[in-house]
This record gives sequence, C-alpha cells and structure tokens, in this order.
Amino acid sequence: MTGPNWRGIGAIYRFEMSRFFRTLLQSFVSPVISTSLYFVVFGAAIGSRIEQVEGVSYGAFIVPGLVMLTVMTQSITNASFGIYFPKFIGTIYELLSAPVNFLEIVLGYVGAAATKALFIGTVIMVTASMFVEMQVMHPFAMVAFLMLTCVSFALFGFIIGIWAENFEQLQLVPLLIVTPLVFLGGSFYSISMLPPAWQTVTMFNPVVYLISGFRWSFYGVADVPIGLSLLAIGLFLGLCMAAVWWIFRSGWRLRP
Amino acid sequence: MSAIVKVDRLEKTYADGFQALSSVSLDIAHGEVLALLGPNGAGKTTLISTICGLVQPTGGSVHVDGHDIAADYRQARALIGLVPQEITLEPFDKVISSVRFSRGLFGKPRDEAHIERTLRQLSLWDKRNSRIKELSGGMKRRVLIAKALAHEPRILFLDEPTAGVDVELRRGMWDTVAGLKADGVTIILTTHYIEEAEAIADRVGVINKGRILLVEDKDKLMARMGRKQLRIELHEPLTALPEGLSGHDLELVDDGAALVYTYDTAGPRTGITRLLSDLAAAGIVLRDIQTSQSSLEDIFVGLVQEEDAA
Ligand SMILES: Nc1ncnc2c1ncn2[C@@H]1O[C@H](COP(=O)(O)OP(=O)(O)O)[C@@H](O)[C@H]1O
Ligand SMILES: [Mg+2]
Repeated sequence: MTGPNWRGIGAIYRFEMSRFFRTLLQSFVSPVISTSLYFVVFGAAIGSRIEQVEGVSYGAFIVPGLVMLTVMTQSITNASFGIYFPKFIGTIYELLSAPVNFLEIVLGYVGAAATKALFIGTVIMVTASMFVEMQVMHPFAMVAFLMLTCVSFALFGFIIGIWAENFEQLQLVPLLIVTPLVFLGGSFYSISMLPPAWQTVTMFNPVVYLISGFRWSFYGVADVPIGLSLLAIGLFLGLCMAAVWWIFRSGWRLRP
Repeated sequence: MSAIVKVDRLEKTYADGFQALSSVSLDIAHGEVLALLGPNGAGKTTLISTICGLVQPTGGSVHVDGHDIAADYRQARALIGLVPQEITLEPFDKVISSVRFSRGLFGKPRDEAHIERTLRQLSLWDKRNSRIKELSGGMKRRVLIAKALAHEPRILFLDEPTAGVDVELRRGMWDTVAGLKADGVTIILTTHYIEEAEAIADRVGVINKGRILLVEDKDKLMARMGRKQLRIELHEPLTALPEGLSGHDLELVDDGAALVYTYDTAGPRTGITRLLSDLAAAGIVLRDIQTSQSSLEDIFVGLVQEEDAA
C-alpha cells in the first residue's frame, strides 16, 4: 500500500455517518423545533421592541448567530463523542493497530462531525428563512465561513474527546466554556450595543470574530474587520491541528 | 528458521515507572503456532500490544517481515491481525458491517467473497445481520477473530482466546487455530492454560515478570525437561530410607507407604534395574509400581518458581 489510506478514511467516515443516519429524523427535527422556538421567543418577543440592528431587522440579524451557535456545539459534540466512545468501550484498539496515520483518523472523524454540523446548519437556515426575510450578500464567504467553523470546532471537539476521561468531562467543555462564549459573542446582539468597557472585554472572546465574519457574509455589517475574522478562525484551526498532531505523536491519552 | 516477526531487546516501562518488559528478544517463524505462556501480569498483553502498535516501546525494536513497526508502521501493521484479550465491540453494529469496517480500515478493497468465507469459517454466517449485542460471548469472540482476519493478515495475535470459555468452545477455538495454520497464517497466542499450549502450539515461550525464560519446540521441551517418576507402593511402611538406597534419587511419601523415584527420560540409563535390585537386597517387598510423566504444567511451574526464588 502506498499513499494515503483512502479506504481507511472512508471506513471511519461511513461508520460515523451511519450513526447519524440511524437517528436522521431526530437530527432533523430537533434543530427545526429549537430554531422555531428561538424565533418565537427572540424574534417575536424581543424583536417587537428592537426594530433594527445596524439596519437589519432583528429577526434576520440573529440568524447567523443562531446558525453559529448550533454549528459550533454540534461539531464539538459529534466529534468529541465520536472518538470518546471507542476509547470508552475499548474498540479504539482497532484504530490504533491499523495502518492509518493521524491525519487519516482526523479526516474520518472530523469530516463526519463537520458534515453533520453542516447539515444541521443548513436545516436551520432553511427553517429561519420561513420566519424572516433573509439575504446572503456574499454566498461564497458564507459557505467558506460555515465550513471553516464546522471543521475547526469538530477538530476542537476531537481533542476534547481524547482528553476526556469520563462523561462529565466530555460535557463540561461545551457546557461551561463554549455555550457562554457563543452567547456572549454577539449571537443575539451587536457588540456596539454594549457599554465600552464590555466591548473591550468581548474582544478577547474568539467567537466574536467568527460570528461577526459570518454575519458580514449575510448583511455586509460586521463588528470587527472581516480580515481579522478570517485570521482568527485560521489561527484557531492551526492551533487545533498542532494539538492533534502532538497528541498522536506523543500518544497522549491514546497509547500508554 | 525464517523469522516473520523479530523482537529485539524490547523494553517497556509504563508511565508509572513499572517495567513490564525487560529486554525481550523473540523470533517468530513463518507459519508456526507460538504459545506465550505466563501467569497473570507476566507481560503477555504488553508484549502483544507493543508489537501491534497499541503501546509505545521504551527500548529495543520489532520488525515484521522486515518492516520496522515504528518507521514502516503501515507495511508492518497491514500484515497483522489482532484479537484483543477483552471483548471490545460496538454493541449496535451488525456483524457483517463490523467486519467490513475492519477490512476498509486496513485499506483493503471490498471483497464480499472473502468476508463470507471468513464468517462461514467461524460459523458466523447465519448471524451476519444480527446486532453484536444479541450474540453470546463465544460468538462475540469469533466476531473479533473475523474482524482481525478481514484484511487477510499473515500474522494473527490471539490474546487469551479461551480465557473464561467452557471446554467445548475451547476445543472449537483450537480447531479454528488449526484451520488458520493450515491456511498458512502465523499465529501467536497467549494463554495461562498449559493444556492449551500443549494441544495446539508448535513452540512454547514462557514469560514471567517481563522476561522470556525460554522459547522451545514443544516436543523438545517436553523431552528435555520431561522427567518421569516411578511410584513404588510398599507392602510394609518404612520410617526411614534404608542405608543401602541412599545412592538413588528417592523420596519417602504417604507416611512411608510409598517411594517416589525421579529419573530423566533423556539420560543414558534410567537406573531402574539397579534400584529394583537394591530394593530387593534391602529386603523391601513391593506391592505395586506405576510411572508418570511430567506435563508442560510441571515444567512451567518449575521454571516460574526458579525465577521467583532467584
Ligand atoms: N497502562 C499500564 N500502566 C501501568 N502498568 C501497566 C499498564 N498496563 C499493564 N501494566 C502492568 O504491567 C504488567 C503486565 O501486564 P500485562 O501485560 O497485562 O500482563 P499479562 O497479559 O501477562 O497478564 C502488570 O503488572 C500490569 O499491572
Ligand atoms: Mg493479558
């Protein structure tokens, strides 16, 4: 065998996707319901008081943030569970004794987790378009941002799955770190609506750059320059890649 | 002997400082069945896991068909199938898709004929569409073997394939091993059942406390180390061995009701004739005589005790 083990990548990817297809209805219905709820609560209740944010109706303004919130948590959850479960039940022995390198393992797991998140993100956008008038000014940038976010957060989730030694730890990071960062990252408001002191604090939240960039691809309005957003996500992706590379090189939590 | 696996001064010290393998060297021949025999905690699983890439060695090297397991891990691992000690399977997976997955993971193209053959050989074909959680323990173990064979490995590692398995299933496993050997697969299995090594191995390696104590042809081992015992039942019990018999390797047992004479089957002479005439000269009347041969078990226990005493 020479070159990459494509069949190995495909086997992992298909295996991970098969779990998704087994629960397809659930994977499809729950984002539809939760998105609808967000629109009823935020769009109708708050939106009736806040007419517009930066020239965009409030209902439409929150769509990119909502998509990002779901896509990030889905990517993390799917990827972390995907690698944690075989570690937990012991089937990971097969992966570790197979002729696959770390990049191939990552492509399989992260690719599948990102695909699922991408699917759910699309479902949310379609659902949202039934509630509000939406436009996408920069469709290519939108798709690129969405995919980059899915991939980098799936990678981040993959690391969490390898790090976690029990189910509590597995849920800890998404719950205690990611969700607050996303909520405070301007999903449902513009950073310019905050008092100046908080605006400064917020700039240390990496999620701000992603949501801002993603929203820019829809409405052309951004809290931070688009170049900075791209840089932020590129940096995050690079850091996660480096971490995964180090994990497989050192055998950390995988090979005693 | 052409070695397909060469283990050279392999060392493993775990992160907690425990040394599980101390300078293990071992050559495994093409097509043989090698049984690694050792008590719990001897380092059998560590040795297998290191060769298969699950544990990182801290010293020494392993070559599989000439490929270094670290530098050429792809080529090395492609030749190896591993059946782990614990039954670890995805419970909701179907048998056949689990086996297909294993083949794909090792980079082999789909081959339904090979998968069917493997499942039939392991009596799993009827269960191919069952979910793994629905299977019995013995069947699950066979699914693990099917998964290990899915990519047509030339070397199969079986880590305690019959631990906690009843006699009938154990014999079934032995037949499976014999069948694989006939197909030309090199098999390394670990066990702490001596009778298992005796029944199916070509060679036996004894491992204790992370060291290989010996590796030898099973038959030669039996012959070399095999000692026979002659048990002599006495008509009248003795309180002590008579003077005239002190030159023989004799032991008084059962409160003086019997004598046990130990001799080497490989020696030039057994000394039985002289013993019997000396017994007659001492005026001892015999009631019965029986001989027994030491099994691998006795050899093994002897070796491990020697090692522990050292
Ligand atoms: N991950 C580990 N960390 C520390 N010690 C270990 C680890 N795995 C095994 N050991 C120790 O190494 C020794 C050999 O274990 P093992 O190879 O499983 O033996 P066997 O398979 O012969 O029963 C045991 O004392 C065991 O406790
Ligand atoms: Mg073991």
